[in-house]
Formats: sequence, structure tokens, C-alpha cells
Amino acid sequence: MEYFTQLFLGGLTRGSIYALIALGYTMVYGIIELINFTHGEIYMIGAFTALITASVLTLYGFNELSILVMASLVAVIYSSAYGYTIEKIAYKPLRHAPRLSPLISAIGMSIFLQNYVLLAQTSDFVPFPALVPEFAFMKAYEHIFSSAELMILLTTTVVMIILSCVIKFTKTGMAMRATAQDRKMAMLVGVDVNRIISVTFIIGSALAAVGGVLIASHIGQINFYIGFIAGIKAFTAAVLGGIGSIPGAVLGGFVLGWTESFATGYVSSDYEDVFAFALLVLILIFRPAGILGKSKSEKV
Amino acid sequence: MKRVMEIHGLTMDFGGLRAIDHLDLEVREREILALIGPNGAGKTTLFNCMTGIYTPSEGSMIISPPGKKPETIRGLKPNIVTRKGITRTFQNIRLFPNMTVLENVMIGRHCRTRSRIAGALFRGKTTIREEQATVEYSYHILEKIGLAKYVNDFAGILPYGAQRLLEIARALATEPFLLLLDEPAAGMNPQETGELDELISRIREEEKISILLIEHDMRFVMSISDRIAVMDYGKKIAEGTPEEIRSNQAVIKAYLGEEFVA
Repeated sequence: MEYFTQLFLGGLTRGSIYALIALGYTMVYGIIELINFTHGEIYMIGAFTALITASVLTLYGFNELSILVMASLVAVIYSSAYGYTIEKIAYKPLRHAPRLSPLISAIGMSIFLQNYVLLAQTSDFVPFPALVPEFAFMKAYEHIFSSAELMILLTTTVVMIILSCVIKFTKTGMAMRATAQDRKMAMLVGVDVNRIISVTFIIGSALAAVGGVLIASHIGQINFYIGFIAGIKAFTAAVLGGIGSIPGAVLGGFVLGWTESFATGYVSSDYEDVFAFALLVLILIFRPAGILGKSKSEKV
Repeated sequence: MKRVMEIHGLTMDFGGLRAIDHLDLEVREREILALIGPNGAGKTTLFNCMTGIYTPSEGSMIISPPGKKPETIRGLKPNIVTRKGITRTFQNIRLFPNMTVLENVMIGRHCRTRSRIAGALFRGKTTIREEQATVEYSYHILEKIGLAKYVNDFAGILPYGAQRLLEIARALATEPFLLLLDEPAAGMNPQETGELDELISRIREEEKISILLIEHDMRFVMSISDRIAVMDYGKKIAEGTPEEIRSNQAVIKAYLGEEFVA
């Protein structure tokens, strides 16, 4: 039973990170129907920014927790700026182009960013400091659930609650939902759609950065390529849940997290990705719109 | 009577097709002006030009909202045009079906409120006050239009007639000086049309705004309009009071064909 609990909690933690990144995919898709392939890179840049900030702050002798907070903050700001700029450079000029064009542009941007970080930083894995302190009250449970995992779970939960409140109750959130449902009509009732798209990219990037910092600190090493894998996994989570649906992204993240965790625990860690993607194939066969996605008929 | 909008020499080309051909039109303060014409005459295209969805190929569009300086709206984006005070409804209903009735109206307040996402996150006093004001204002509009009983229902499940009214409510939430209605009576039964007639007249009185409407239901048009403008093949072929239009030869020709002209 303890082994099961460990796998369950491990899957929960892993899934919450997937959910966090998947939210960015699903929000952008909901609004401009684009699979934003640079999203994984935003996550990777968030992790690198946090690493650089953390290294500098360590030199000045700050304690772990304040480093974690500040490094995350800088990563969030930096990644958001990247997300905002990428949208303006790579997607906005293609707003009225055929749908494949922005997709290709996204892939190009993703390759560009990977190589930019490769040149600016290094191709090797670089160690990432464990920024989450060991909580004393967690000592007894350390073998099944670490402090870092607890931190990940808490942070992602809080962030997701804030996000859903923003989307549900604020004026900007309402404008985001309206834009997702009918962009032209939103414009006609006075919503500045370009601003809403920018805000969506900024929020999505901020979430990815938080995910990047948390997971890097948990795993302990990063390189320029981590965004690709994380991006594909989060994308899978978003599709599993039903792309465009926000609760779907969260659910998809958890389902994927548990699948990987249990497959690793009961079968073999070599098969982690096999199970993850086999699950995707099955869902796509039996529920093409995703778990919570609504299959909608073509607009006439 | 004071004019709130003047259109001069407006032309809209789509490739080789001239949808609107040097059209002149003025909308006066607090009038109900109907725009009629056969299908494909360019009426909806005119609405699209006036609301910034299309940028006209030629011509000028000057607005002079009551109490404000005249200015051109040519080339402005739809959301800016809405902020300047022109708003519209659609021929085929375009509500946000997965939002509640109240939220649909609140979205209309978007361009009239100031708080941004930072304010919403930190719950500043002004933001909270503004949010309350938005809810109250929107509810008030729903009461006036007679939709208050649906306030928390999803817009997509409303009966057809109510959806049409909700579009008007959402448009009113933007505080327009000029309201464009694209076939507001389409698909309504005679009783609903009668109620709509009354509602539109009441809106004109209470909100003190001008209304420009496209409509095919002639009885409705004749009873509600102060003036009527007739379009055919992108040109304005007649303009005048309902009586003048009824007896206008060019209009009869456009609608019924050459042989019916006396």
C-alpha cells in the first residue's frame, strides 16, 4: 500500500506540472486555435533564468526560500516577456494567414530558441540547485513524499486556483472567454482582442516558467532540450483532456502523470513514455475530442 | 435636425465586385432610419464598413456624437469604433453561448470600464466598486429589455426571441449613440415583432440614441421608421419618409421588376 501511495503521490506531482504547462497550450489554442510549439521553450527559458538568478543570489548569501521566490519571480517576468514578444513577432503578422503558416512559424521559433540557448549557454546538462528547503515536519514522510514534491503540489494548486478565479470572475477573464467563443463578436462589443491575446500569452508563459523552476529544482539538472520533451508531454496532456478546455488540461495532466508514475512503478521505467503515448493513441481513437472536449460540428 | 453620422461617396470593392457604389447617407439625432433593399444590395456590407470590420475602398464616414466633436471613423478597428459609440447586432445571432446572460451583457461594458488584470488580482477599491457598478448596470439593462428572469441562464439555451433581445441588450451595454440592427425581426412571429417594434421605439426614447436598421418585414419597417433609405446594387436609389418610399417608382422597380411600374 505504501508503494502505491508513493506512486500515486508521485503521479500527482508530476501531473500537476504537466497540467501547469498544458494550461498554456490550451489557453492559447482556445483563443487563436494555434498549437504554440514554443511553449516548451518558454518553460526551458524560465528554468535557465531561474538558474542564473539563483546563482547570483547565492553569491550574495540569501537563504533557500527567498532565492526560490525571487528566482521564480524573475523567471516569470522574463518568460512572460518572451511569450509576449514571440506572439508579436511570429504569430501576429500571420493572424489572417492559412492555419498551417503560424504552426510552421511556431516550430521555427521553437528550433530557434533551443539553438539560441544552446549557443548562449551550453549543450551539456547543468546542475540546478535544490531550491526547496527540507521541511522539518515532512521528515517522517520523506521516503514517500518529499518536501520538493509537496512544494510543487502546493504551488501548482494555488496557481491554478488563482487562474480559474481570474478567468471566471475578472473583466479580463470574461473578455478572454468571449474572445475564445467568437473573436469577431468580442471585437464588436469593444474588446481589444489583440490585448487579450497578449495577456493570454503572458499568463501561459508565466505558468510555464513556474513549472520550469519547480521541476528543474526537483530534478536537479537542466539543458537546452528539456523544453521539447516537457512541451510534448504537456501537449499530450492538453489533448487528452480536450484541447481548448481549461479543466480538461488539468485533468489531462493528472491522468498522464498517474499513467507514467504507475507504469514506471509496476512495469518498468523504460516504458514510461510508451504508456504515456499509448494512452494518447487510445484516447484519440475512442474520444477524439479528448476527455472533456466537446466535438463540435463545423461552422457553416 | 442634427446629424450624428455622415457618409459620403462610400465605395467598397471586393476584387472586381463593387458591393457599395458611392453611397451617401446621413443619420440624424434620435431617428429610426431603416435600410431596405433586395438581397445582395450591400446593406450588411454597409454595416460592416460602419463598424470597422471592413475598411472601405473609398469615401468618408464622419461621426458627430451628441456633445462631442466630429471625427472620422474610417480605418478604425471594430473595438475602437464600438468605443466611439457605434454598435451592432447580427442577422444570425452571435451571442457567447457558453456565458450567462448577465455575462454577455457585462462583456458589453468592457470598453466603458477601466480596471485591468492587475487591479482584478489585487482587489483594489476602485476595481471592486467598478465591478459592482458593471453588474448593476448590466442587470438594469436586462430589466429594461425584459430578460431579467434569465439572468443566470446560459445564453445558448434561451428561446430564439430572447436571444435576439439579448443581442440588443449587449449592444446597449456599450452605451452607443448609434445602434445598428441587422434584421432584428428575422424569424420572429407577428406578436414578437409587435413587441420588438415597441421595444425599439422605447429604446430610442429612453436612451436618446439613433437607430439604423436593416429589415425585410415591410409592415414592421413602415410602422417603425422615421425615414427609409433604399439600396439596390450598392447604390442608394431612394430616401424619404415611409409614404414617399411606398409610392416611389424606382423602389417598386427594384423590388418587383420593370413590368410593375405604372
